[in-house]
Amino acid sequence: MKNIDMTMTTTSKYSYFPGCSLATTAKENNASLIGFFKRMGIELDELPDWNCCGSSSIHCIDTNLSIMLAARNLALAPAGMPLLVACPNCLLRLKTAQLKIAEDKELRAQYEQNLGRPFDPDLKIYHVFDLLDQIGRNGFANRIIKRLDGLRVAAYYGCMLSRPPALRHEKRHNLLMENILEQTGAQSVQWSNASRCCGTFLSVVHPELVTTMVNDIHLAASAAGADCIVTACAMCHLNLEVRCALPSPVPILHFSELLALSVGDPKPDKWFSRHLIDPLPLFRSKIMKKDTRKV
Amino acid sequence: MIPNTKPNTYREVIDCADIKPTIPGAAEAILKHSGVNINLCLHCRCCAGGCPFTAAMDYLPNQVIRLIQFDLIEEALQSKTIWTCVACNTCSAQCPMAIDIPAAMDTLRQLAIQHNIPIAEPNILAFHQLIKGSIERYGRTHKAEIMLRYKLKTRDYFSDMLTGLRMFVNHKLEVIPSRVNDRTALNNILSAHR
Repeated sequence: MKNIDMTMTTTSKYSYFPGCSLATTAKENNASLIGFFKRMGIELDELPDWNCCGSSSIHCIDTNLSIMLAARNLALAPAGMPLLVACPNCLLRLKTAQLKIAEDKELRAQYEQNLGRPFDPDLKIYHVFDLLDQIGRNGFANRIIKRLDGLRVAAYYGCMLSRPPALRHEKRHNLLMENILEQTGAQSVQWSNASRCCGTFLSVVHPELVTTMVNDIHLAASAAGADCIVTACAMCHLNLEVRCALPSPVPILHFSELLALSVGDPKPDKWFSRHLIDPLPLFRSKIMKKDTRKV
Repeated sequence: MIPNTKPNTYREVIDCADIKPTIPGAAEAILKHSGVNINLCLHCRCCAGGCPFTAAMDYLPNQVIRLIQFDLIEEALQSKTIWTCVACNTCSAQCPMAIDIPAAMDTLRQLAIQHNIPIAEPNILAFHQLIKGSIERYGRTHKAEIMLRYKLKTRDYFSDMLTGLRMFVNHKLEVIPSRVNDRTALNNILSAHR
């Protein structure tokens, strides 16, 4: 078995895989993430001409195709630079592909034939949380420009803390969002639905089923006294917004939006206009009135 | 005993009398295809207790495994369960035997397609195929087009009109697809999977 590297290579430059959701439906997630890292002195170099990792669908109907689609992205990654992945599902697909190709000679031959370059089993693939974990430990607190005092957040992880058995030794980031947001002055609530799946594609095929689940998530957050739910995955964000059928839903914020806001990114209005549940009233009452700077 | 808090929509007792095994050695086939040994399952039902979607399933996840252990693969392949699973990994993270249940489900779905088994959730398969089509065309997924094609395919034109409109107004649905430029490697990969 491959040794798991628990220490991260510290560098200020990463190649970056945004994934389809962040490139299209969740552009505000992408922009705030890139903005936040820029302010923290970390440069993200978007993987040139990346393709879809296969999403939640391709592995269902064609395992080999899903591995090879993810593999094309691995082949595009420049050598010696860690690959940073924003979407938890893309991360699973890319890591699974890397693991399978490293273990299987036939797949490796297929990789080299299709992609015309040798396979690099040592390419470091990190999720944004791996990087945030380090940032949260050193240097984040003294970079905070705008405090989020009084904002009560329900941190929502969805399925991102659950891993397939092959990846079970990788670091899990339980409570990462809570720990980092509390450094900004926000309060995190304890609630029951932090790790409940958002429903992914069943939102399209069985909207009634997902509506029940999403309503439950909103109700649990309200019951715990949260002002908003904070998500780490663009798919969760979309489902929690689109499938909530309650008269007064809780605003859903991308974790990256709060991070960027707290280190002084001046553009949240632009991001918030892309939300289906408008978070602006919450921000006007909770955050902006405490600060004379224009948000 | 695991308290049953979920609506009892799945079958508690499987009547095996009329089910004849047609594809023998299913457990071995799964082991070979996905590397998952479902014979490790001891039916503690942790997977079933954690699964968020059992309300939409006809068999619990471990019951599907049990069917295969009995070589009753056809019954497993005809189930809704294999299609309802979204691979959120809640089950496999809780499994004391570290069985990769979603990977086994992948194999079962693919076996169902290969053996022309009637698909219990045709709309889910249709959705997956639309995602594949989008990747074939653009190298990436183009949500607006996938949604439109899904509506046409399922002939369900009116539900979610308002949701779609809201998404469009809030720039959540892009008209022009984001796409891959250099298709050489992509075509190599896709041509083997038409």
